[in-house]
Formats: sequence, structure tokens, C-alpha cells
Amino acid sequence: MIWLTWRQSRGGVLTMAALLAVLAVILGVTGPSLAHDYSAGLAACGSGGDCSAFLEQFFDDNFAPFLAVTAVMLVLPALIGVFWGAPLIARELEAGTHRLVWNQSITRTRWLAVKLGLTALAAMTVAGLGSLAVTWWASPIDSAADFPRMEPLSFAARGIVPVGYTVFAFALGVTVGMLVRHTLPAMAITLAVFVAVQIAVPLMVRPHLLPPTRSTIEITESNVSRFIRANDDLLVEANVASADAWVLSSHIRDASGHAVAVISMPSTSGPCASPPPDAEEHADPGDDPYVAACLAEIQRLGYRQQTTYHPSSRFWPFQWYEAGIYTALALGLAGFSAWRIRRLPA
Amino acid sequence: MTAALRAQGLGKRYGRLWALTDCTLDVPAGRVVGLVGPNGAGKTTLLNLAVGMLTPTSGTIEVLGGRPAASPEQLAKVGYVAQDSPTYAGLSVEDHLQFGARLNPGWDDALARGRIRRLGLDLSRRAGKLSGGQRAQLALTLGVAKRPELLLLDEPVASLDPLARREFLQDLMEAVAEHELSVVLSSHLVSDLERVCDYLVVLVDARVQLGGDIDTLLATHHRLTGPRRDPARLPADQHVISASHTDRQSTFLVRTEAPIIDPAWTVGQIGLEDLVLAYMSQTAANRDSGHGSHTDDRPTLEVQR
Amino acid sequence: MIEFHLDDRTGLSPYLQLVRQVRQALRLGLLRQGDQLPTVKEVVAGLAINPNTVLKAYRELEHQGLVAARPGVGTFVTATLADDSFAAHGPLRQQLQRWLDKARKAGLDDESIEALFMTTFRTARQEDIA
Repeated sequence: MIWLTWRQSRGGVLTMAALLAVLAVILGVTGPSLAHDYSAGLAACGSGGDCSAFLEQFFDDNFAPFLAVTAVMLVLPALIGVFWGAPLIARELEAGTHRLVWNQSITRTRWLAVKLGLTALAAMTVAGLGSLAVTWWASPIDSAADFPRMEPLSFAARGIVPVGYTVFAFALGVTVGMLVRHTLPAMAITLAVFVAVQIAVPLMVRPHLLPPTRSTIEITESNVSRFIRANDDLLVEANVASADAWVLSSHIRDASGHAVAVISMPSTSGPCASPPPDAEEHADPGDDPYVAACLAEIQRLGYRQQTTYHPSSRFWPFQWYEAGIYTALALGLAGFSAWRIRRLPA
Repeated sequence: MTAALRAQGLGKRYGRLWALTDCTLDVPAGRVVGLVGPNGAGKTTLLNLAVGMLTPTSGTIEVLGGRPAASPEQLAKVGYVAQDSPTYAGLSVEDHLQFGARLNPGWDDALARGRIRRLGLDLSRRAGKLSGGQRAQLALTLGVAKRPELLLLDEPVASLDPLARREFLQDLMEAVAEHELSVVLSSHLVSDLERVCDYLVVLVDARVQLGGDIDTLLATHHRLTGPRRDPARLPADQHVISASHTDRQSTFLVRTEAPIIDPAWTVGQIGLEDLVLAYMSQTAANRDSGHGSHTDDRPTLEVQR
Repeated sequence: MIEFHLDDRTGLSPYLQLVRQVRQALRLGLLRQGDQLPTVKEVVAGLAINPNTVLKAYRELEHQGLVAARPGVGTFVTATLADDSFAAHGPLRQQLQRWLDKARKAGLDDESIEALFMTTFRTARQEDIA
């Protein structure tokens, strides 16, 4: 049965291995120089103090390859689910070869166990190696990026979650293929369901993997990031404590605790009046004395910013939890398939 | 000797449609059994139940004393060639032999390779590129080389040209002679089965209409021709299967163990095909007229053990 | 070695056809004492018939005392049918030749001769049975 599994999946596995090899070569060739550029640049600016200009430049320069490898990692589980998972059982049922193989001296359960198990192992290996390579290669760029690691797109393309996604997509494909009994519709349905799950999880599940941190802070000139006047309305926003936290929501709450989108303050008089037309323009609102005065008044009135977020230190715990959840789902689907295959009509 | 196939009240339902009902059979081993009936009568369903591809809705079935597909040992004892001889289109003939060898502990590689060589099949050819007859022969090789005690074949020659058909049956009979194989062979053409079968099961409308040793069936069914007579006036031990009348003459097909002594009758033999047709048309008549006992025929349809 | 064939139209069951062909061969001297009959496997591979049919035919021949089965080796001819009647073939053929000349002189064509022969033959056979 091991021989048969190999012989049947030979084509797909070799193709995937070839693609992986190409990826590995590209990453292997460009990786060291990328890391070198990064550390050299850091060393150069580090002595001066402010590296933000270098980091921004470095990120912009390498944005395209960064996007490319991220896309590869996001697409990989879907490819495995659609091209390895969906046809696994569906193709046999469609071609009628199940009437041949299920009448050899091997039970259906054992047939499925070996076929499913070996291919899942191969899928996990591919995903693991790919993720390892990409995470290693992209670490300089990730460090230079100005968005948090836990942002949905980059979270899904690094670490161990791709392995979880892959094994889930594979099990999903196998189950759909078994129920639908035709390869092409199974591939389409698997893709659709997988994409739906991948959209739903970061929106509905991941934020709740651990209770998010809620912090209420005063807006001062040292943390203010936006200050926009529109007649009598002010749009104000402050930076959260750590720049690379994953912010789930952030609003201004008034003294009684209600969330407000804008703060109403008269613009013609008072501490938040519009500055005279000849006042100096400041790029950073924190530098503007008129803003500082207004902020003091806002604070006095009891306005605070409440932010709900996950600190970036939760990256790895979330990776493990999420990979665990997907793997458990995959095992559930595999178990269901093993049970159902014995009752499949001819 | 263990019966090749024993079914008791076996039935299979799909939704509201019964594909097979009330099937009771006791087929002895060591025979070549013909399973005959029109398309949709339930032949494939019965075979699928026998190999465990389907599970019964009602009743029981036992093959070579065991439950179908219950264990690898049971699977090794029963060989199956499904309709259209499924093979892996992308695998070569050699691959198929490897497939058989690795998935069957009882595989006889010398037998398989000998057959392939005699058939002149190219080992490196993909199964998808073989002709229909060659694929059927390959599938038969896979079925026979695992050395089963019972081989089930679903319409194996339906899509073959006459030459391929003859060669297939020659090979099958040779395997039966050499390995003492029991065979169940289904077809909707009686002529395919006449030469090779010694036991017959007739399935019509999801029911078993007739089942028994062919020699016995032919010996106990007689065509009686003579002056016009009401079938109710025939002796009780003569079961009327079919009757037709002109104004002066009656022709009956009867089943009886006893000799026909009434000199009024001209007694003739009936061929297998006519016998099967008579049972099939009787079913049709019964079906059309409701469960027919208001016709002249006494209700004599009997499901034989 | 004898080669069997089956005629689907004779109305005779296959095993009886095989028996008859062996008897015919014995009568014509094509099979002699000690000759081996084809194995069951060879017969079914050639004719695509049920092995039991061949076994039945060979058993019937054994019952008639014409052949004997040697387990593991094959089935062999033990007696002949030819001897006594063979001698009569010659004179019978001559008599038949003369009858045919007479029939032709009387004006019968081929079909009539055949019909006359067959009906007389059948009637005689029935009388034999009755």
C-alpha cells in the first residue's frame, strides 16, 4: 500500500518538490546578502541613533520579494488542499478504480489510513520546510517592517501555522472529495471553504485565543499621532504603548465611558480654538504648542483613549494555539472520513 | 462443502426504490454460476453485496462462510471484476502486476506473468491505452492471480467483440479447470452463459425468479404441445410456467419432476434461453396484471431454493 | 490426439456431443487403444465450455467402458469400437453405391434421394426405440 500511495501521488509530490527546490535555491542565494545588508545598515546608523530612515528604506527596497514569499506561503496550503487533498479519494470514485482497489486483500480503512497518513506527512514536510526557509530568509525584512508581526497576512505566512493550515486544507480536500465524488467540483468546493475559513479565523477566532489587553491612556503630546480639526470636531488618536502590538480596536471614551468618534470642542474660542493662520505648521502634532494646549483641556474633561490589543510577545503562543486548532480540525476530518468511507455506496 | 454464496431474505434499498428484495439463494461451490436478468434487475447490486461494496438493507448474505469484506482474509478469498473492468488508466501493465503482488498475500506472480505473456500484453503499456478486450483480460488476470476461491464477474464480456469474448471465456474456463475456482458470472445475454455455466440464477425486477443446476432445470422443464386444454386441468405436480393457446392447440411450459405420461401431449425439450425468457415474461405478465391469479395460470411462480 | 468441436444447432447437449465425437473417432480408427484424450484444461481452453461438461463426458465414456482415467496423468482409451463393424464397411459401401445407381436411374434427384434416405432412417430409428 505504501508503494501504491507513492506510485499514485508520484507526479504531484515530485512537482511540489521541484517547486520547493526552486524556492530554496532562490532564497538560499539571496538570503545571506539580504541579512548582510541589513546588519551592515543597522551598524552604520546605530551609532548615530535614529535608524528609522534606514529601516523604511530597507523595507521599501525589499517590498516586492517580501510580498512574493508571503504570497507563496499563503497560497501553499490552498494548493495542497486542492491538488493533493481533493483528488485523493474523488479521483478513485470518479474513475471507478475503487471497485478494483477495495477488492484487493486490504480493508478500506487500512487503504485510507496509509494513503491519507503518508500524503499528510509529505504535505506537512513541504509546509514545514517552506515556512522554515521563508521565515529565516525574511527575518531582516520583518524586523524592518513598520506593521506588527501579528497582522493577519504576515502572521499566516510565518512560523508554524502554515503547517497547521496545510494539514487542515489537505484533510478538508480529502473529506470534500469523498463526499462530492467528483474531482473538479471537489477542488472548487475545497478552495471556497478553505478561503472562507482563512478569512473567518483572523476576524473571529484569533482575537479571542487569549483575552486581549485593554489599556486606557491619556492623550499627551508625547503619544499623540493624529490631530485633525474639522470645524467643531476633533479627530484625535494616540499611539499604543508598543508600536508592534496587534491593535484590535481603539476609541476615545468620554468621562462617563461612552465611546465617541470625534471630540466636540468649540473651534472659535477656548483652548481648542483653531490656531491663527500664520501659526507654524508641524509635521508631528506632538510638537505643536496649540495642540498641546488643547490636549490638556481634553484630558481635564476626562477623555481617554481605550485600546484593545495583543502585545507582540503573544506571537508564538498564538502560533501554537492556532496551529493546534487547525491540526485538531484536520484530525477530526480525517476521523470522519475513515468512518464514512466504510459506508460509502458502490 | 461450504456454499459459495448463501443469502437469506437479502434486500437493498436506495431511497424508496428496492434494487433487490427477498433474495434467498444457496449456491454451491465448485460451479460456474450464471446470473442472468435484464438491465436494472439487480445483478450488479447482488454482486456488490457479495463483495462487500454495499451493505444490506435487510436480510443476510454469507460468502464462502464469511461476511463480505469483513477482513483481509475474506477479501483474499473473493475476487471481483466489476463492470467495465476498472483499471488505473495511468499505470502500466507492469504497475498493475506490482499492485496485485503488494496488496495480496496470496498473489501468484508466475501465473499472472504467464497469462500476460500468453495474451501478448506489453508490460510497459499504460492501461488507458489498452483496447477494451485487453483491459478485460488484465482485470481478469488481477482477479485470478490473487488465487481466490470464488471469482465474481459483472458483465465481463458485454462490451467485447465476439473474438475477445470467446478468448475471455476460454481463459476463464481454463482458470476454472486448473484452480478449481467457483465463478459467478452476470450477463443480460443468456447465450453468453450457456456454454460455460452449470448453475443458473434468474433475476427479474429485483427478485430471484429461478435458481438451480442447469442440467436439472432443463431436465425438469418440458414444452407440452397438444389439443386445446385449460391449464387448471393439468395434474397438480405439473407447474405451469407459461401457456399459449390458439383455437385448437395449447402449448404449455411446465416444470415437473415426474414423467409426462398423458399420450395427448407432444413433449419437447426447451433450450436455456427460451426457459429464461419464459420466466422473464411471466414476471412481466404478473406485473402488468397485478399479482396475477385471475388469469388462467395458477399462481405457480416459485422461488427455488 | 482428437480435437473437439461443438455444434450449437444439433440440439444435443454439449457433453453428449463430446461423447459422440469420441465414439466416432474410435469407430473410424482415429483413436486407438492407449491414446490419451485431451486434458480437461485443454478442452475448455479450446471450446470455452464448463470443465464439468468435459468431466461428465469422460465419466460417461468410462461408464461405457471405453476409457479409463489415471489420476495425475490423464484419461486414456482402453477399448475400441472399430473392430467388428469395420470389416462390414467395405461391402456396405458397395451395396450403397448400387442402391444409389438404382435410385438415379429411377429418376430421383439429389434432394429426393436425401429426403428418402433421411425419412426411412428416422422411421427405422424410432421403431428401434419403440
